[in-house]
Amino acid sequence: MNVLVYLVPMAVGLGLIGLIAFLWALRSGQYSDVEGAALRVLSDDDIEPESH
Amino acid sequence: MTNALDLSLYAKPAADGTCGLDLAVEGVHCGACINRIEGAMKKLPGVTDARLNFTNRRLHVAWADGALEPARIIETLEANGYRGHPFVPLRAEQEEAAEARRLTRYLAVAGFAAMNVMLLSVSVWSGNATDITPETRDFFHWASALIALPAAAYAGQPFFRSAWRALKARSLNMDVPITVGVVLALAMSVVETANHAKAAYFDSAIMLLFFLLVGRTLEHAMRRKTRAIAGNLAALKADTAHRFAGDEVVSVPVAALEAGDRLLVRPGERVPADGTVQSGHSELDESLITGETARRVVASGATVYAGSLNYSGALTLNVTAAGGTALIDEIERLLEKAAGAKSRTIRLADRAARVYAPMVHVTAALTAAGWLLAGASLHDAIVTAIAVLIITCPCALSLAIPAVQVVASGALFKSGVIVNAGDAIERLAEADTVVFDKTGTLTLPEPRVVNADAIDADLLQMAARLALSSRHPLAVALAREAAVRTPFEDAIEEPGQGVRALVDGAEARLGSAEFCGLANVAAMPGASLIVFCHGGRTAMIAIAQTLRPDANDVVKALRALGLDLRILSGDRNDAVAPVARQLGITQWQGGLTPAEKIIFIESLKATGCRVLMVGDGLNDAPALAAAHVSLSPVSAADLTQAQADAVFLGDRLKPVQDAITVARRARRLMTENLWFAAIYNTIAVPVAIAGLVTPLIAALAMSGSSITVTLNALRARYRA
Repeated sequence: MNVLVYLVPMAVGLGLIGLIAFLWALRSGQYSDVEGAALRVLSDDDIEPESH
Repeated sequence: MTNALDLSLYAKPAADGTCGLDLAVEGVHCGACINRIEGAMKKLPGVTDARLNFTNRRLHVAWADGALEPARIIETLEANGYRGHPFVPLRAEQEEAAEARRLTRYLAVAGFAAMNVMLLSVSVWSGNATDITPETRDFFHWASALIALPAAAYAGQPFFRSAWRALKARSLNMDVPITVGVVLALAMSVVETANHAKAAYFDSAIMLLFFLLVGRTLEHAMRRKTRAIAGNLAALKADTAHRFAGDEVVSVPVAALEAGDRLLVRPGERVPADGTVQSGHSELDESLITGETARRVVASGATVYAGSLNYSGALTLNVTAAGGTALIDEIERLLEKAAGAKSRTIRLADRAARVYAPMVHVTAALTAAGWLLAGASLHDAIVTAIAVLIITCPCALSLAIPAVQVVASGALFKSGVIVNAGDAIERLAEADTVVFDKTGTLTLPEPRVVNADAIDADLLQMAARLALSSRHPLAVALAREAAVRTPFEDAIEEPGQGVRALVDGAEARLGSAEFCGLANVAAMPGASLIVFCHGGRTAMIAIAQTLRPDANDVVKALRALGLDLRILSGDRNDAVAPVARQLGITQWQGGLTPAEKIIFIESLKATGCRVLMVGDGLNDAPALAAAHVSLSPVSAADLTQAQADAVFLGDRLKPVQDAITVARRARRLMTENLWFAAIYNTIAVPVAIAGLVTPLIAALAMSGSSITVTLNALRARYRA
């Protein structure tokens, strides 16, 4: 059972990383326009038109 | 309007030397619009950033200060087929955005903690049933404490603060039992863990917070969404005024006007501010102010009110100070009186809390006393009492009402009703009498052609297309009929008389009878006539206020719902009578002043009626404030809209019916949910008092009841 002593904190630590990532995303405004984000991903404006 | 709009009031300089402008954009429909708008903006010289928020249809543009004339932004939008309306974000809206971010952070922390603690708790429960060693169990409990205590201290803040505020004000709300329950459960769990006990309640406490935060966050998100749409509508309505700067005329936002400004009001425009006429002669349609549909002739020296529609001639106004006119002062005085007299209805949730909170605490105390008397140890008595507190923690109860409100306001939003007040849904459901204003509420806010059937279709189309070249309100009403939206070339407007153009080789004229060469035209009661002639053919086009297209059906449906319908109008009796007859409403009154409308509503209230007032005019504002609940169309005067509990969009009256149906259904679901919570408690509390509740049962009961209540709330979605 000694393995739990470091496995449990590791599991909690991984969860914490997820939480921090979410809080960062929230702070940087990624949740301020959720409908727009769903549509922006479909746009091709970042692809240079091929020149023949 | 060739003169440029002065946008300096809206552009905000930022710290890094750029200038920012926020616009509500009309016409955004799909993802391609995002690229088109942002792309067009970024091509403008000096623009450093352009971002369109698709959720609330707002565009933020930033540019290097001085490098760009902000009016170019609106012109560019227009060139791309969109209309932009600048606005200053309201402080309240910014505060709500900050509050929403805070709530989401609390929710994330509570969710993280609840998941991890539950992981540990499930291990303990299954271990207790098999062969967990006491050391491992203690380790798991201490790990739970390490996660749950800081998370609860952080994520519980909104509840702790609200409970503290309520206690300081010597009252009780739902947050008081929540706070007491969470704090006691955590404290007991720490003590139990230190004593190597088999059970701890860390998971219950943190899961309770998580569920409650889900409810609060959803409620807040819904409120923010309607608030944002309402803000956009206000920006869309904010007109510009033509102000004299020396001899030149400059367009400025109405918000920038000051007393003493001289304004030019052209025919077909609304008067932007209260004032006195300095020069000019015209007719004003004041139906938005007084409900009166007959036009008033004004000349120099006359007082005019913001929102009046200028019909025939250009006017020069002197702006008077806000509230400086007799009518506005009278309305504001009545508003104050109405607001003071309004009995504050207690919201359903607060009523439930006032009964519930003391009951829970008394039950817990009695449980502890009972077990002590029965000879149990102090420790066991306290543990059982706390279990009662946890199991009764009003998870289902505090979700019961907000969850329904969220779903119902979403359904109302889809029917075109924007709810302003939080408890409007409850009050809408209670209404048993509906009082309508006539002008602009039962009738369309703008007049329409009423005799289209009597006119040859091709003649009407030609007249309507010619009408596109004039800004006269009657021509604007006629132009609505035009199928082809391009005006005739070389159309010439003769001010005060009409428009003429060469069509198919013959002259077409639209305007007064004299202008078309007719001597005498029989007047039609209640309608304005314009005459159209082309070649040898003439048409008499009657334009009048018409009922909203579905008014008849809605009135029938409302009556079928058991509502008592009335009309109170500021318009003349002989203008109200035909409308009342057409709709079959027998109880109506015309020619009422704002004060008389209030007296009427007060007398209805005195007989025990709960009045829903639907109105749009400035003269309706005090009546809206006095009524139990109020609705107004989006075309209403600003002051009136601010008084209304909800605003409805569009040309149809159906949203009024939807509002009542959805609200009644919501109210029924709220009561159902409260009953469900009560039944849940009558089953769970005896089990808890008997000392049979384990953390596993507490967790199951709590999530089970919360999910049931939320699923029931989803039924508030309206199916027409």
